[in-house]
Amino acid sequence: MTQQNERQPKSLSDHFYPLPATNGKVAINIDPWWGLFAAVAALVLFMILFIPDPYAQVVRFIQDGIGITVVTTVLSFILMLFLGLVVALGRLSQSRFLRLLATIFTEIVRGIPLLVQLIFWYFAFPSIIQEIGSLLNFRPFETYLANPLGMAILGLTVCYSAYMSEIYRAGIQGIPKGQMEAALSLGMTRFQAMRYVILPQAIRLILPPVGNEFISLLKDSSLVSVVAVTDMTRRGREFMSAHFIPVQTWTMIALIYLVMTLFSARVVAYIERRTQSER
Amino acid sequence: MENPIIHIENIHKSFNEEVHALRGVSLDINKGEVVVIIGPSGSGKSTLLRCINRLEDYDSGSIVVDGIPLTEAENIHLVRMEVGMVFQQFNLFPHLSVLDNILLAQRVVRRRERGESEETARALLEKVGIAEKADAFPAQLSGGQQQRVAIARALAMNPKIMLFDEPTSALDPEMIQEVLDVMQTLAKEGMTMVVVSHEIGFARAAADRAILMDEGQIVEQAVPDVLFENPTEERTRLFLSKVLH
Repeated sequence: MTQQNERQPKSLSDHFYPLPATNGKVAINIDPWWGLFAAVAALVLFMILFIPDPYAQVVRFIQDGIGITVVTTVLSFILMLFLGLVVALGRLSQSRFLRLLATIFTEIVRGIPLLVQLIFWYFAFPSIIQEIGSLLNFRPFETYLANPLGMAILGLTVCYSAYMSEIYRAGIQGIPKGQMEAALSLGMTRFQAMRYVILPQAIRLILPPVGNEFISLLKDSSLVSVVAVTDMTRRGREFMSAHFIPVQTWTMIALIYLVMTLFSARVVAYIERRTQSER
Repeated sequence: MENPIIHIENIHKSFNEEVHALRGVSLDINKGEVVVIIGPSGSGKSTLLRCINRLEDYDSGSIVVDGIPLTEAENIHLVRMEVGMVFQQFNLFPHLSVLDNILLAQRVVRRRERGESEETARALLEKVGIAEKADAFPAQLSGGQQQRVAIARALAMNPKIMLFDEPTSALDPEMIQEVLDVMQTLAKEGMTMVVVSHEIGFARAAADRAILMDEGQIVEQAVPDVLFENPTEERTRLFLSKVLH
């Protein structure tokens, strides 16, 4: 029983670890997959430096978009980690009402395409607020204008928190029942048991899927380009319509996304290894 | 006669409407008494034990622990603070060191200072004979060591009652004695203990009373020597013949 949560599901990178110490030489403890990241990053750098026309131009044009993509992804990720936990705790709650509420939320959100949700938050939601405002004669609502970036982050957060709550739930339910019982028998409240005993173990268990969520989120953030957020993808479209070089534009943008996702995957693998070797 | 520290009256419990786990169990346990409950699997002995700190809810009847009726208790965790429990599978917290396992509840439940709780923890580790393992993690310990840590963890809350749910059943034979020794020391010190176990040797050496349960009821209870040597009930004789060989 206690052995059960000692080792966590293996990820691909685990098969390469630890590198065997070769006779006499110092084993270099670097993930071989970093090589792929380095190769793609080098390719991008090479293209910018040696074929500046058009690649340096593309990058110069979309660089503020890169920043927006990163900000959107990181903020949505942090927010959805919180909201996802709240929803998961709702689904595991003793209260039938909270369970029902959380279940309805996840079922609805997971049943609607992300793109449709983003469009809803940006175009439909502000209209609803304005309608309510004019109904109640409440000035700030009547003149409500949606902030594109804010609405995009809201949309991504809500959607991803529904999926994230399922990951949390699986992680929490993956902890043997005896852990909760032991904590309760020591006089902890359910909340304290969750906070100090169950969640710290569950989080280690779900680290690999959470890392994958981050990478999915990074890629899905390109969808916000349709709701007036000038992220990397939107800037790419603007560049293309001005210069008519689709192949070079989208090759460069695809490569930049790839550099970012490969890098994230390596960081996730690193954190995963660190938390596993702690025990 | 003083009031019993645990008063159990006519407890009924069934799982899923079908399995009738407890059928009208009544039992009084006095302060400082050591009671060993034996019985075949499915007899309801573990369920009864888990009702005493309400890890298991019961359908009808009443339990009063240290003057607090469990049925109405709003803050069940206040009762649980006074009732330590040791499990068959140890249930140590695998993400915490041995020392932190013993510190956690003292800190968050009893709200003790770090220094005070660490003193308590180290003294208890000394008592159960594994002071040198304070910084180890549960997975690095043998089963017997883990169970002794679990006992220390429960004791750190200064409970008035200790419940043991088959504490040696998951252990290799050579590790059983080290756990029983700790339990015997506790019994000598006057701890109120309710032990579900088939360790007849422990029962005879340390218990004041032995109880045989079967099919959700108490079949017979007596001083251990009497129960094991001269049982009055046929059912007890039958069960003992299988356990004692």
